[in-house]
Amino acid sequence: MNIVALFKLVPDLVEELEIDQNGTALNTDFLRLIINEFDDHAIEQAILLKERSGARVSVLGPDIEGADDVLYTAASKGADQVIKLTGDFQGKANNHAMARAVASTLKELQADLILTGVQANTDLDGSMGALLAEYLDMPYVGYVSGVNTVDGKVVARKEYPGGLVAEMEIKLPAVLGIQAAEQPPRYVAVSKVRQAMKTATIEERPLAEADLSGGSTIHRMFKPEAGTRAEMIEGSADEVAARLVGIFKEIGVL
Amino acid sequence: MNQDIYVVIEHLRGQVADISYLMLVGARALAQTTGGEVIAVLLGHDAQGLANNMAANKVLYVDHPALAEFTSDAYQKTLAGLIREREPRAVLFASSSIGADVSGVLSARLNLPLISSCQSFSADGRPISQICGGKIMAESDLPDTTTLLTMIPGGYKPEEGQSGKAPEIIKMEAPSLDNLRVTLKQYIEPEAGDVDISKEPIIISVGRGIQNQDNIEIAEELAKALGGVVAASRPVVDQGWMSTSRLVGKSGKKVKPKIYLALGISGAPEHVEGMGESEVIIAINTDTNAPIFNVAKYGTTIDLFDLVPALTEKLREIKKA
Amino acid sequence: MPFRETFWNIPHWAEIGQYVLGLLTILVFAYGVFRRVKRWRMGKPEKRLDRIGERLWSVLVDAFGQVRTAQDAYAGIMHLTIFWGMVALFIGTALATVDWDVTHLFFGFQFLINGAYILYELILDIFGVLLLIGLGMAVYRRYFIRPSRLQSATAWQKALTQNFDRDDAYALVMLTLITLSGYFVEGLRIAVSKPEWAPWSPVGNALASWFIATGDPTNRTLHLTLWTIHILVAFVLIASIPFTKLFHILAAPLNIFFCTIQPAGTLIAARNDDQIGVKEWRDFSWKQLLDFEACVRCGRCQDNCPAFASGASLSPRNLIISLKTHLWDTSSGHKLHGDVISSKELWACTSCRACVQVCPVYVDHLASIIDMRRYLVNEGEVDALLQKTLANLGRYGNSFGQSERMRAKWTQPIQPVIKDARKEAVEYLWFVGDYASYHVMFSDITRKTAQVFQKADLNFGILYDAERNTGNDVRRVGEEGLFESLVEKNTAAMDKCKYNAIITTDPHSYNTLKNEYSANGNHRLVFHYTELLDQLIASGKLQFNRKLDYRVTYHDPCYLGRYNGIYDAPRRVIRALGCDLIEMPRHGDRAFCCGAGGGKIWMEEQPDVKERPAESRVREAAGMSGVSTLVTTCPKDLVMFRDAVKTAGLEEKILVKDLIELVHEAL
Repeated sequence: MNIVALFKLVPDLVEELEIDQNGTALNTDFLRLIINEFDDHAIEQAILLKERSGARVSVLGPDIEGADDVLYTAASKGADQVIKLTGDFQGKANNHAMARAVASTLKELQADLILTGVQANTDLDGSMGALLAEYLDMPYVGYVSGVNTVDGKVVARKEYPGGLVAEMEIKLPAVLGIQAAEQPPRYVAVSKVRQAMKTATIEERPLAEADLSGGSTIHRMFKPEAGTRAEMIEGSADEVAARLVGIFKEIGVL
Repeated sequence: MNQDIYVVIEHLRGQVADISYLMLVGARALAQTTGGEVIAVLLGHDAQGLANNMAANKVLYVDHPALAEFTSDAYQKTLAGLIREREPRAVLFASSSIGADVSGVLSARLNLPLISSCQSFSADGRPISQICGGKIMAESDLPDTTTLLTMIPGGYKPEEGQSGKAPEIIKMEAPSLDNLRVTLKQYIEPEAGDVDISKEPIIISVGRGIQNQDNIEIAEELAKALGGVVAASRPVVDQGWMSTSRLVGKSGKKVKPKIYLALGISGAPEHVEGMGESEVIIAINTDTNAPIFNVAKYGTTIDLFDLVPALTEKLREIKKA
Repeated sequence: MPFRETFWNIPHWAEIGQYVLGLLTILVFAYGVFRRVKRWRMGKPEKRLDRIGERLWSVLVDAFGQVRTAQDAYAGIMHLTIFWGMVALFIGTALATVDWDVTHLFFGFQFLINGAYILYELILDIFGVLLLIGLGMAVYRRYFIRPSRLQSATAWQKALTQNFDRDDAYALVMLTLITLSGYFVEGLRIAVSKPEWAPWSPVGNALASWFIATGDPTNRTLHLTLWTIHILVAFVLIASIPFTKLFHILAAPLNIFFCTIQPAGTLIAARNDDQIGVKEWRDFSWKQLLDFEACVRCGRCQDNCPAFASGASLSPRNLIISLKTHLWDTSSGHKLHGDVISSKELWACTSCRACVQVCPVYVDHLASIIDMRRYLVNEGEVDALLQKTLANLGRYGNSFGQSERMRAKWTQPIQPVIKDARKEAVEYLWFVGDYASYHVMFSDITRKTAQVFQKADLNFGILYDAERNTGNDVRRVGEEGLFESLVEKNTAAMDKCKYNAIITTDPHSYNTLKNEYSANGNHRLVFHYTELLDQLIASGKLQFNRKLDYRVTYHDPCYLGRYNGIYDAPRRVIRALGCDLIEMPRHGDRAFCCGAGGGKIWMEEQPDVKERPAESRVREAAGMSGVSTLVTTCPKDLVMFRDAVKTAGLEEKILVKDLIELVHEAL
């Protein structure tokens, strides 16, 4: 079975985000990119499936700063093939464009199961997985937190609010949007990644021209108004605790 | 294309999700700018009764045994036909386990634009989305064609989407729903036997900032002193430090306590979705820029490991007195 | 003429038999040693033959002089008397043999005659008594005092292939037998031959008085019987050395000779083989295998281990014993990781180095623990908190997971603005460190540090957002690759700066910068701020306006004290402030670790911990009469102790302060 895990890089929220001069996009000067957390889980889930029932795992993502690191990390976890998609990503490629462009590569890879994060913090035109599934004419199930493969099908645990889980049976080939891998992504020692840099080769595949249709056009971007901000309580731990006790009394829970 | 705003009603096991009502309110706001009607779209089997209290001009109801429980394939097929045929101005989906499975696929299948994570609409009908974990808002143009939108809570009040008057219900023909590629095998119920946090008036919730499993004890002691229960955000549950039954947020429980004390929780939209409607939210987080402070009524940046024991101590003294 | 017929009353067949037996003994002994050495050589290669002079000196001091052994008074006297008693008696026996069967037989002269002989008899008799005293002390200690550190701690260890109790008893019984039988042989000889110089053998002479009444030939028969026993016991004992705990007679001096001679703060780098870290015992170096074999199970390491004291599953003694046993346990199929050593044991270590410091035979527990951790890290077997922290360190260069742009945020209110060492030359490059830069507890303290430096007219600068965690504890966690990458980044940043020396307030950073960061192969000049303050005070550049009349006690940070030998500078500064310094029972190189080091501060707490090391330490400090303040010179200590003061409920009794706070106050 061929499993493909797809990732993208998103702004690291540890950094202060700034909006560019036009007011329609993030200022990329100060942007630090990090793997989308859910995609990290998708890669982990792919590796877990390989370890459990054998599969060939390919991991691919766009050729942006930081992608090599993700790919080498994936290789040292056990990915058989690591691919970066080259092309112009600076022109704000949206998910529609990416999904269309990646679809042909995925056909070449003859993927039976495609795993990708259920969402990313920059998604403005839906999630990658759902769009991709349709462009490949495959079924899609998102919010998945556990996958098992049984001859020609997968059984996925789909999460609903309130802790309810549905076991969905999906015919292969299929695309799944991963909410969480069965176990948190493992730690990969730096020396292992360095080893992978020597032994693994990152394949490069060109992406077709971006077709942005289907995405949104941003009119303006802004930070949420501070007006709704909480009343901040300052002081020492003791003073704050005393104030909180006062609030509890006001609300009437004491 | 007409100017109506469609809302795909989300329901699970006989219960309409709050977000559905919230979307009806949002749809009304949008319809006022387009000049169309608000039309609810309900898919199900023997589920017509669910539509009775919806604040919509009309309800389109599709009944089919294959729609009794949600599966992405059956919903996609049904809605694809319906949208193609009726060409509304916009279709609202919940940004959820159900809505997100359907909206993206339909966008690609019908070649219609999709704008996700909308929290509200501007006065001139532009969708405003929340991205980057709640740190950035993006206002998009509404394209000149039928547009699909997914909505997140926070912009409107679900109560306003209910009405005492039953709307007109129009029954629609379901397409052929054979050869589905996705089928529901079974539901797995959440772990039982634990407290139901959605019914608790006082919740002490812990997030990543709690650092490790042992530290949860200080939250438990505070809960004991205050007479509440401990809940958690996703990272804490993912680590296996607390059971799923205590999870607050999009994939967990929705809570509306009198007091929600958030300890070391950053306040990602997925979490806020589960607790945003609490009466009083008090946030304790050392990161001044944490989005939790945008939903909290009170906040402090004192280290929770200093504050919580002090608070517990004070409460104990009061109890003794 | 006083002399002794060495083979008096010994028939010729017995004399010949003795040499045949001796030859056999040597063969068995040699085989036993060969077997051990062969096993060590199965380990990985390592070069240990540099600086021979220093190595020989260590052997002289601690193998023959047994200075470390003597640091524990009872055990020290006990061991010294046994050791020197046996050495003297062995030399005596050898001399007698040479005197009789070499010089007398072949060259016709004897040297053990007249005065020399009398002195010889007297000395041997005295050393025999010392030996018996030592053995008596050993028996009393082992079977009556029964110190906990001597007990085989776990049932599974008792069930392992060796029975340590029997091994211990064997050595005591044999040594006692050899000494007593020797005295009786002497006594019987004197009883029969009644030499006039008999009083010079006081013990033998006293024993002879018992036998004079018995008379010949019974005494001669008795003498021959006891002589035979004496000889047999001696040969069995010698032959058994490589097969029993007595092997330490050889292994200990060897281990001391091959000890790690580089500074304590320089960790041996991970071996660059296919296998990173130690997965199975053959991945240890031969020297580490020798470590395990040299262990005498004395348990001093266990007594000084903060992890053990806290109730965590680690006992450095048991760890080494387990490894030693595993080394020879070829048939059970036990795996090193899991069956022999648990990951819990390995993660319990705080790298405080107390075990290594007290080991009388120079076992380096830490090197082996870290080598095994390296394997765990490489397999991704780290707890969630540690994983998160390592990921943070890899991504942001600090353990707090904050942006590097926030690193120098604490400097904002400081006037004049602190120099950017990347932009202008400075005398001192201040390496601030993670805790002092990011931890909320430090924003104030770090500013005070800057103010003190400014007051002293120091020309200093910092690296601003180019600084990264130095990696001291990353390395001790076992993440060698991440350590290397941090070193590369810091080195690149520092090499762009012009400075004379590095200063830091963090002993952990200090340690690795000083001992593990090289500049073109040379060590960097690094000062801990206490060293610098000490110099500034001595030269009059730093003067105090106020005299602080506090009664304080001082905690030696592990990486300042044990790792780098800095004990006096901070104490001189404290006294210069006018404070009355009271020492805690555990101070200097016996200071009790706060429990944060070696990456412990980044790990989840183990559930079996009963009393956290930091709590034990603050209780110790709070128990000192009249002491109001516990002074530390390490950011991690401050965090640990302030927290421990709260959890132990000692807020009313004791304050925890960084030394710089006191210095600032006195300015």
